[in-house]
Amino acid sequence: MIFQKYAAPKYFYPLAGKCLPWFAWLCILTLGAGLYLGLFVAPPDYQQGETVRIMFIHVPAAWMSMFIYAVMAGAAAVGMVWKIKLTDTFISAAAPIGASFTLIALLTGSLWGKPMWGTWWVWDARLTSELILLFLYLGFMSLQSAIDDPRRAARAGAILVLVGVINLPVIHYSVEWWNTLHQPASVVRADGPRIHSSILIPLLVMMGAFKLFFVSIVLLRMRSEILENEADSRWLQEQGA
Amino acid sequence: MNWGEFFNMGGYAFNVWGSYLLATVILGLNFWLPLRTFRARQKKIRHANETSSQKN
Repeated sequence: MIFQKYAAPKYFYPLAGKCLPWFAWLCILTLGAGLYLGLFVAPPDYQQGETVRIMFIHVPAAWMSMFIYAVMAGAAAVGMVWKIKLTDTFISAAAPIGASFTLIALLTGSLWGKPMWGTWWVWDARLTSELILLFLYLGFMSLQSAIDDPRRAARAGAILVLVGVINLPVIHYSVEWWNTLHQPASVVRADGPRIHSSILIPLLVMMGAFKLFFVSIVLLRMRSEILENEADSRWLQEQGA
Repeated sequence: MNWGEFFNMGGYAFNVWGSYLLATVILGLNFWLPLRTFRARQKKIRHANETSSQKN
């Protein structure tokens, strides 16, 4: 099977190296377009004024925090069923990026909350469940570094990621289930987005840029981890790093 | 357009630019730190390959 072939480090390493520059350049272009649209084209909000521009960082970062976790959980499930080593490499490469996007969502939310809500932080359901997501990422990362045996570390990590998945619907529905300070969803809703295209388009472009950033960095980190794990492998000596 | 007004962000310069700055720093570190590690490992392996091929 072609998938299994490319799941072998020997084939994955050069393939990832070839794809990486394309994703990286596409990311830079998309990011440039997103920042231009968000900072220069999008109009200020009639109530929130210019603070609405924080949204172009905050919302895509929050989406990424959940997206990366969901993909990690999917990879953990696949890795457990089919015993593919590359999924472990992927999960440990993705976790720090996921944690970073979660941190960005929390910090920019705080910078936005202060002028609009009058507070840096409240123990609202959305904010609290997003903070729990950050702890899940950090918990996974410290678990990985605490266990010396790589197989056991990967297995324990996969279980932690799968158990933590329960937090994702909690984050998403927190604004509906509890009467919170955080506003409900305006883009990902059953009846379609409820925001004007001048705001929606930069939001989606920034989302694309963050996704491309994630793909680029995860490929870089995976290549780096393969070099560390396979340093003594023959293929690496033959085809070169 | 007026650049002074643009940087002022309607009086919310700290919050808006603070958000963009934090994101830049965090994403920048996400790029720079793994790249540095990767290049160091690559260099180490290339060096090891060179010395072993000299021995042969």
